[in-house]
Amino acid sequence: MARIVAGVGTSHTPAIGAAVDNGKAGQPYWQPLFEGYEPAKQWMAKTAPDVLIIVYNDHVNAFDFKMIPTFALGCAEEFPIADEGWGPRPVPAVKGYPELAAHLIQSLVLDEFDMTIVNEMQVDHGLTVPLTLLFGSPQQWPCRVIPLAVNVVQYPAPTGRRCYQLGQAIRRAVQSWPEDLKVVIFGTGGMSHQIQGPRAGLTNPAFDKAFLDDLSRDPERLTRIPPIEYLREAGAEAIELVMWLMMRGALGPKVEEIYRFYHIPASSTAVGHIILESR
Amino acid sequence: MVADKPYEDIPGTWIFDAERARAGYHLNQFLYTLMKEENRKAFRADERAYLAKFKISEAQREAVLKRDWNRLLELGAVVYALAKLAFTDGRSYQYMASQMTGMSEKEYVDMMLNGGRSPDGWRSKSERGRH
Repeated sequence: MARIVAGVGTSHTPAIGAAVDNGKAGQPYWQPLFEGYEPAKQWMAKTAPDVLIIVYNDHVNAFDFKMIPTFALGCAEEFPIADEGWGPRPVPAVKGYPELAAHLIQSLVLDEFDMTIVNEMQVDHGLTVPLTLLFGSPQQWPCRVIPLAVNVVQYPAPTGRRCYQLGQAIRRAVQSWPEDLKVVIFGTGGMSHQIQGPRAGLTNPAFDKAFLDDLSRDPERLTRIPPIEYLREAGAEAIELVMWLMMRGALGPKVEEIYRFYHIPASSTAVGHIILESR
Repeated sequence: MVADKPYEDIPGTWIFDAERARAGYHLNQFLYTLMKEENRKAFRADERAYLAKFKISEAQREAVLKRDWNRLLELGAVVYALAKLAFTDGRSYQYMASQMTGMSEKEYVDMMLNGGRSPDGWRSKSERGRH
């Protein structure tokens, strides 16, 4: 049977991808950040998952304003890299797993989660920057990826509780797939940041630390954070953290924290990273 | 009209909600076209002529031409779409954010290197008034 063995929480700041793509990763501004992800890369190489489910948000690249799906699952064979306005990132296209994605759709919809099915989709920095952080710059990504795009662009995003519940349903769906597969789920975006208006540049390390702590200690508390609290306390774009709760929901009741890293800044963002293994 | 908008009380912030999305629909669809290099070239060559192809308001057009970033947010642009305008200008996201705060890019980068902006004094318009 397929198993979700671990979850990865990580920011997906586009400037991180640009730093790697433009050969700036060794510069003093960026070096501490990439050093902080080194142990995570080693953990990932050792864990060697067969499939990743990456929960991320599209930033007006795959989806324009004609349609804004709340939960969209990528069911394609391959996902090309989007041109976000400065040319596509020079990274390999992302290989999907259409058979498993189709199974997830069927299981999740019958489990009463009304997913949007996406058969053609470009992926942007929300999905590719986490791959770069955890795998570096290989010729091909070493495993298959099922993208799960969440609307956090137009208010309201789905609630943290709903994301957590969908994560629990994803766990049930994966466990009912007969193939022996090791699956790792990513929750991406965050942590505290605001990238718009006169309040841009806001960070809240106390909020972020409590969030990281409670992913293992008290995730139920995190599911009760209302949308306004993310916006007010941690910045307009910190609402992305609801995607980390989908990752957490998919890990089952007990987790062990394996690694954590926190760093300010990457452009306008407080970068957070955590690895949790399912127990 | 959506009645419950607790986020309107957050200073220096325009949450992209259903009403702004409606007001900004054509503006955002214009910005979305800047994902393609051929469109970026056409826009750079003649901004007014390019903008004439979209059903955007006079105020939105003027704000685009002036790169009045905060006004664009107010008129319904979403920041991720707006980023494509900054990229078309050869600017970074960080530059656009600094312009929104009224700081120079250097001042903004220095603020971030010093840990970013504290939420203290920025949680609500009434709290902001006391600072």
